[in-house]
Amino acid sequence: MKKDTSHINSLENEAIYIMREVAAQFEKPVLLFSGGKDSITLVRLAVKAFYPAKVPFPLMHIDTGHNFPETIEFRDRLVKELGLELIVRNVQDSIDEGKVKEESGRYASRNMLQTTTLLDAIEEFKFDACIGGARRDEEKARAKERIFSVRDDFGQWDEKNQRPELFDMLNGEIELGQNVRVFPISNWTELDVWSYIEKENIEIPSIYFAHKRKVFLRDGMIWSAEDDVVYRDEDEEVIEEMVRFRTVGDMSCTAAVLSEAVSISKVVEEIRDSTISERGARIDDKRSEAAMEKRKQQGYF
Amino acid sequence: MEVLKIATAGSVDDGKSTLIGRILYDTKSLTTDKLEAIEKTSKQRGYDYLDFSLATDGLVAEREQGITIDVAHIYFSTKKKSYIIADTPGHVEYTRNMVTGASTSQASIILIDARKGVIEQTNRHFFINNLLRIKDVVVAINKMDLVDYSEEVYNKIKADFSELMSKRDYQDQNITFIPVSALKGDNVVNKSEAMSWYKGAALLEHLEQLDKADIFNAGTPRFPVQYVVRPKTEEFHDYRGYAGKVYGGDLSVGDDIIVLPSKTRSKIKDIYFYDEKYETASRRSSVTITLENDINVSRGDMIVKEGDIPTIDKQFTANVCWMDSNQLTAGGKYVIQHGVNKVLAKVDRINHKINPDYSGIDKEATGLNINDIASVTFKLNKPIFYDQFKNHRTNGSFIIIDTQSNNTVGAGFIQ
Repeated sequence: MKKDTSHINSLENEAIYIMREVAAQFEKPVLLFSGGKDSITLVRLAVKAFYPAKVPFPLMHIDTGHNFPETIEFRDRLVKELGLELIVRNVQDSIDEGKVKEESGRYASRNMLQTTTLLDAIEEFKFDACIGGARRDEEKARAKERIFSVRDDFGQWDEKNQRPELFDMLNGEIELGQNVRVFPISNWTELDVWSYIEKENIEIPSIYFAHKRKVFLRDGMIWSAEDDVVYRDEDEEVIEEMVRFRTVGDMSCTAAVLSEAVSISKVVEEIRDSTISERGARIDDKRSEAAMEKRKQQGYF
Repeated sequence: MEVLKIATAGSVDDGKSTLIGRILYDTKSLTTDKLEAIEKTSKQRGYDYLDFSLATDGLVAEREQGITIDVAHIYFSTKKKSYIIADTPGHVEYTRNMVTGASTSQASIILIDARKGVIEQTNRHFFINNLLRIKDVVVAINKMDLVDYSEEVYNKIKADFSELMSKRDYQDQNITFIPVSALKGDNVVNKSEAMSWYKGAALLEHLEQLDKADIFNAGTPRFPVQYVVRPKTEEFHDYRGYAGKVYGGDLSVGDDIIVLPSKTRSKIKDIYFYDEKYETASRRSSVTITLENDINVSRGDMIVKEGDIPTIDKQFTANVCWMDSNQLTAGGKYVIQHGVNKVLAKVDRINHKINPDYSGIDKEATGLNINDIASVTFKLNKPIFYDQFKNHRTNGSFIIIDTQSNNTVGAGFIQ
């Protein structure tokens, strides 16, 4: 019997339902793919939702140019193996076109710049729904996010005037120029995602597992010293440690954690016992208490 | 492990966010960085205690005003269950958020300030929980530390609340009273030493014991077709699968079914979940069904068991909770979304407004304002297949969409 008793099954059933609503309610949906574990999970859910038909929408990666090389390599392989369509748009192009200005200094990051590239791509392809892997447990402002979240012409989130979402019913009615951000794994926690990856035996990029890496310490966080996009002062000493990454955002704002977890089951164990939140290693959220909310209002994913 | 979704309701300053923060703290669900942020901000504000409400009040406006203005979702788990708390605001003008939070919840917590007792807001909170037929309701009498942990105060509030219970429509609702102090941690996760007179379970212990199977309202199986899967590949050349979620009861291979609205008969051939076949699909599972006959089925159609057909009608009466600042008036045209089905609807008449504080009804109502609840009769441009809400939580509910703004402007529960 196909049941809905266990916690993870129930989350999976909900996410598949949401995927199908997107395909049915929108004309040009796209799945925003970063190469991270959350978007890899989304791809798995999309494949399961429409089997034996192909996933009826493409993936799109907004490439900051500061991705971990392992992520890009993984992305290309996944797309090929599953026969999916992939669109890539580069932040570098937005910079070259003078639409955004590169940040400078020790906390410089391209994370904020992604928004412009994303909004341009949405306009270019006339996407009306963008599926993303954001989860409500990640951050306080995200805890208030809807599953179907309407954005205006400027990609802005009007957090005080959100549509109520009742029962299972998802209202995807929009006007021309608006689009909806869709979050099928809204109700998943970090541990749920990892448990699902373990259960489904989903392949993920190697940087999620413990590996030896040249790193340096700053503000109590561990930064990769192997990639020159991470700004490092000369007096910041490089050491070698066993680390892994809990999120694989832009390298310039993603810190590593010390870890011995070399397999998925070890990662699940480690997260179960962890006392630091996932986004605790994201410097972009630490700018201020309301950092995420501000970025979301401006159209950040 | 199971998931239990809980809605919370309380008035401003009843300490709802503090209660949730306390649960997170005592179950060790707050990570060190979150805890440090709370300690830091509490100190900056000059508090000599930890302000747990900081853990949940997510939006800038809320932190500035110190109140919760939107539904936030909070996650934690114990060894037994995984919990999702919908933190819904208690302001009188935010009834819509409370209805929203409660619509996806299986249990709820109503907070009462022990110093204030049952107030008008409590009536509303209880009314909505009862209207939405939430099976298990906990009445948490909070701030017991401020009334010297008095058993008399607790008993008085309990008696006042029981008065309300006699007026409720849905009598099978389980109601449990628990005296707590969220700030001090009494009877939240740990049993209170200060209230030895209270013999019941602490809040979390009570939630741990709730039987989910009992909480979900069972009904008859309904399968609204969400999406038609047509692979058109060589391997699956003639495959036509109907994707959807099973509601109410189970569906099995070989079941005699009827497709609505065409009333075509068929049998369930296969039940797929991804590439695996199953004999039975239990309720709430998202499966793909194939039928024995090659018949025309599209999104919005409904597959039901033979002999178990819902009401098929172009008109119905429902209790509506209005959620928009523009009035609902007789004659108004809207889109009604019933499950995955959308139809055009016209307000035939507003029968009466229902005061959500159990003070009676208003027969002269001409228009509905935001947060009003009323009995409304709709006429539809084509029939829908519905059950009464009291018999089927999913197939008896709908949302109302404004044709101009596209916003969700109301929710309804079919009578």
